[in-house]
Amino acid sequence: MALPSYASPVQRTYYYFYLFFCTVVFFFLIAPLFAIIPISFSVSPFMVFTEGMLAWPPDPEAWSIRWYRNMIGDCSADVVSSTVPCSTKWMKGTVNSFYIGIIATVIATALGTLAALGLSRPHMPYKGLIMAILISPMIVPLIITAAGMFFFYARINLVYTFTGVILAHVALATPFVVITVTATLVGFDMNMVKAAQSLGAKPMRTFFKVIMPLILPGIISGALFAFITSFDEVVIVMFMASIDQLTIPKQMWAGIRQEISPVILCMATCLVLLSIFLLTTVEVLRRRSEKLRGIKAR
Amino acid sequence: MEVPISTAELLTTDGIPLKQSLRKAERRNKLRAFLLVFPLLLFIFVTFVMPIGDMLLRSVDDSQINSVFPNTFDEYKNWDKGADELPPEEVYKSLFFELANGDKRQIGKALTRMNYAKSGWKSLIKKTTREIKKIVKKGEEPVSYKDTFININKLWADPTYWYSFNQMVKDRSSIYYWNALDRTFDEDGDVVLQDEKRRMYIKTWLRTFKVSIYVTIFCLILGFPVAHLLANLPLRYSNLLMIFVLLPFWTSLLVRTTAWIVMLQQNGVINGILVWLGVISDDGRIQMVYNEVGTLIAMTQILLPFMILPLYSVMRVIPKSHMRAAQNLGAKPVTAFLRVYLPQTIPGISAGGLLVFVLAIGYFITPELVGGKDGKLIGSWIAYHLKTTLNWGLCAALGAILLGIMLIFYWLYNKIVGIDNIKLG
Repeated sequence: MALPSYASPVQRTYYYFYLFFCTVVFFFLIAPLFAIIPISFSVSPFMVFTEGMLAWPPDPEAWSIRWYRNMIGDCSADVVSSTVPCSTKWMKGTVNSFYIGIIATVIATALGTLAALGLSRPHMPYKGLIMAILISPMIVPLIITAAGMFFFYARINLVYTFTGVILAHVALATPFVVITVTATLVGFDMNMVKAAQSLGAKPMRTFFKVIMPLILPGIISGALFAFITSFDEVVIVMFMASIDQLTIPKQMWAGIRQEISPVILCMATCLVLLSIFLLTTVEVLRRRSEKLRGIKAR
Repeated sequence: MEVPISTAELLTTDGIPLKQSLRKAERRNKLRAFLLVFPLLLFIFVTFVMPIGDMLLRSVDDSQINSVFPNTFDEYKNWDKGADELPPEEVYKSLFFELANGDKRQIGKALTRMNYAKSGWKSLIKKTTREIKKIVKKGEEPVSYKDTFININKLWADPTYWYSFNQMVKDRSSIYYWNALDRTFDEDGDVVLQDEKRRMYIKTWLRTFKVSIYVTIFCLILGFPVAHLLANLPLRYSNLLMIFVLLPFWTSLLVRTTAWIVMLQQNGVINGILVWLGVISDDGRIQMVYNEVGTLIAMTQILLPFMILPLYSVMRVIPKSHMRAAQNLGAKPVTAFLRVYLPQTIPGISAGGLLVFVLAIGYFITPELVGGKDGKLIGSWIAYHLKTTLNWGLCAALGAILLGIMLIFYWLYNKIVGIDNIKLG
């Protein structure tokens, strides 16, 4: 995309303006996420860059990990402040988030993979309609889903229970699994299944020995999507979860609403790192999957 | 040797006609495919489709109050409002007994419903019920039920209270939908505007559309050049830069919203930089969050990847030679861009635009947190009625209208892009 050597000065100006504009947009996309990381290491209980943090040479007094210690439930005197009390809620939220997220992921991945296998068969009847129903939880705004589920689950006594929250999260997460695994199955060579079957393998054996190893990267990506969907979900838990089902997003929501505390930024930093990790994993898996299926890398 | 050609039907080894056998195999294959999808379909139906359907039913449901005051409502329908100023004696009589003998909890629920129709009902009925119970305890039988009511509280002689029954006397009612559009029923059951101070939904609907359109336009302006750059760079670089687009996509919504509060608040990062640069003075810090500006900035950043990704996938397959060919034929770069390149990106623009718009009108978390008072969208009202006022009928009606609008746009999206072409990353 370099500028041709015969470009006129006007074209050059345009071109450099264009590059500058794109840089600004990239900055706009990414800067807020990274701005919070240094602030989370501040000594001050306010979510700002303090004088000491900006001073040169750096002032070690201005930096600390006290809010991280607060986050993991350490209640020493130097950790709490008048505005930031010590609480075990963050750790409780983390445990709950992983508990709900992992169970929801397992169920969503199993159901979603099965459905994707069915949808990819050439004989599938009413494919368009079924696909539309299956991915509808992803499309309907969360606040509508939350309202509907709250009314309905209240009737069958599932609000304020883990079961209710997990069921809701599975419903929200399966579309991601279905879409990812279906995409992996595009271009899947069905002759391999026929070969396995003609050699005498039963359907289960064919799945585990032939299909699954080939589409495993897709399944894992789908599972990661499902996990992050459940892990980050806040609207459903706001209405359907009691204090017993406190998750990280629910606690962050409460934190932003009531007591703005730097501990939120510590958790946010952890979540940014988690998302970097997940993004990298999914990218690696995507490339591997394309290699496995013999599609040339983009 | 000559091969004998059979004129008879082709048979399988079992002796069944081949056609029939193939059809059977086909049917079995269909069934197998369906059985694989069935568990998820059933699951989504029970955990998701039924709740949404339940919500839609609830938005027109008015049966609870009808089960509490069945006789009163029956008699009420006989009232000729043109002839008599107040309802006939029978209405008062039925109400007397239904209040005296009714289940306290059910009446309580019905009162909440009546208060939506006209504020003041709750306290009036509560006071009246107390008095009625005293009368019943004494074992007296009133001569005129109408006079008894009016003696208890003179508001019972005010016909406007009685007029508000109009919107409740049917099991199914469209009143919540009209409420969601700032309308109500008058004494004759005609649709009229609400009182000035109760009109707030039309304003919010309009703001929701305005914010969504602005966000879509901003996303297009910011996303188009970026998608173009990504599509035209060598893969090595574009894959790297793609991380900038995908990372926000993978990061928790709350983290991004928190980040924007930190950036935009009065002593936040951006104000700090502006003061340091000397653009504004220390007391002239700009309020950029907890208002509509904050909502616009945060939502644009959050929804930008949904614009860039469809644009990118369309632009990547536009051959670079087209622009060169146009310029070779004498078109100026601007003309070549407008007449050759831009028309080819229309599918991407419409896909991205629709996606961003549809996501924006349903947004709730970000406007609620950074929107302050004047930046809230319709989602906030749904949450408010769901959690705070417990006016679930209105909540469901607002949700149903929003859902209807979304479905129209998704139908458009499906026409243009195809809903099963959604890709992630």
